[in-house]
Amino acid sequence: MTRTLLRGLLLAAALLLPLLSPLGVSAQAQELNVTIDNFTFAPAELKVKVGDTVTWTNHDDIPHTVVSAGKYRSKTMDTDDKFSFTFTSAGDYKYFCSLHPHMTGMIKVE
Amino acid sequence: MSDHDHHDEERGLSRRKVLECMTWAGTGVLWTVTGGVPHSLGIIDAANAAEPTGMTFLQISDSHVGFDKPANPNALGTLEEAINKVNAMPKKPSFMIHTGDITHLSKAAEFDNADRIISQAKLDVHYVPGEHDFLDEEIKFYKERYGKGTKGPGYYSFDANGVHFVGLVNVVDLKAGGLGNLGAEQLAWLEDDLKGKSKSTPIVAFAHIPLWTVYPEWGWGTEDGGRVLELVKGFGSVTVLNGHIHQVMQKVEGAVTFHTARSTAFPQPAPGTAPSPGPMKVEDAKLRSMLGIASVNFKQGDQRLAIIDTPLAG
Repeated sequence: MTRTLLRGLLLAAALLLPLLSPLGVSAQAQELNVTIDNFTFAPAELKVKVGDTVTWTNHDDIPHTVVSAGKYRSKTMDTDDKFSFTFTSAGDYKYFCSLHPHMTGMIKVE
Repeated sequence: MSDHDHHDEERGLSRRKVLECMTWAGTGVLWTVTGGVPHSLGIIDAANAAEPTGMTFLQISDSHVGFDKPANPNALGTLEEAINKVNAMPKKPSFMIHTGDITHLSKAAEFDNADRIISQAKLDVHYVPGEHDFLDEEIKFYKERYGKGTKGPGYYSFDANGVHFVGLVNVVDLKAGGLGNLGAEQLAWLEDDLKGKSKSTPIVAFAHIPLWTVYPEWGWGTEDGGRVLELVKGFGSVTVLNGHIHQVMQKVEGAVTFHTARSTAFPQPAPGTAPSPGPMKVEDAKLRSMLGIASVNFKQGDQRLAIIDTPLAG
């Protein structure tokens, strides 16, 4: 009886574990920030790890967007609006503001 | 740009007038088309004094209805002041063009408010969109209101008093690191649209972002704008009217006159004079001298369109 219960608990834990920690790195996942001031992304390049979340905040009096072709696209961010994206695979994510395309940035995910 | 104006001394008075216009801060641009080339007449009051005899149309731009930041907490109010200026003109213009950024955030209420005020001028208005007019999720509010009879994202042409007007869209499908963009489809349409037109037909091309390169570091230019200039090559009179940069700039290159109009909402800094092209906060007393409209007069047989930039207040 106890044995069966224990096995059941172990099985449940084994099933739940991947759900709680889909990438196996959730314990270390970080929240990082990119700010938009004066039509500029800062930092312009950011290195993050798989599982990390980056949040962009627009401090300008003019709306901006964050667009990485085929990867992610924010809604229009008015003053003080934010947009977050969690990176689940490694690679270089170039992005830009679709309203002011001279504004560009890069997230390097390892 | 002032170099161009100084070099061309044979144009004498009219060129000096253009130069004067550039020192005026204003509410709009009054254009007068005479013989195919646009002239800037000066501020609206001066233009009235000059009694333009040809066809006159108005340009307003960058109303940014909905903008409420420190640079101008009441953009709707200054738009209304601009329209009041238009209504006070002794000679009613034939029509108006709006070179985009009607709204700040493409909200339905912003479009409605803009229309409520602009319609008080009781003039036909020919619009082209700015990037601020395509921000709603489905990008439908601008098209529902102003897209009828237009192609693609909203380009079209029409004729008035022997002048051929082309409204272009250079605010969609922008590429990372790039400038304004017209795209191959629109350029093919323009080539076709101009085909068969007599080279003596005056051409007025208008779009939101400057079609000429003003300051690429701030994105003030159009990637494939040069293609437009190739297509209008050979026409005796070409006038390019833009907005986007919220200040008056003018340049003359051969038969082509480039002009940008003031915003009715807030000024932006001169190229490179600030860390960014964002809204420029000026003293309250100074704001209305930096907002404005433009009036354009076209007189048959004359050499160029006359443009008058008029501030909301001197």
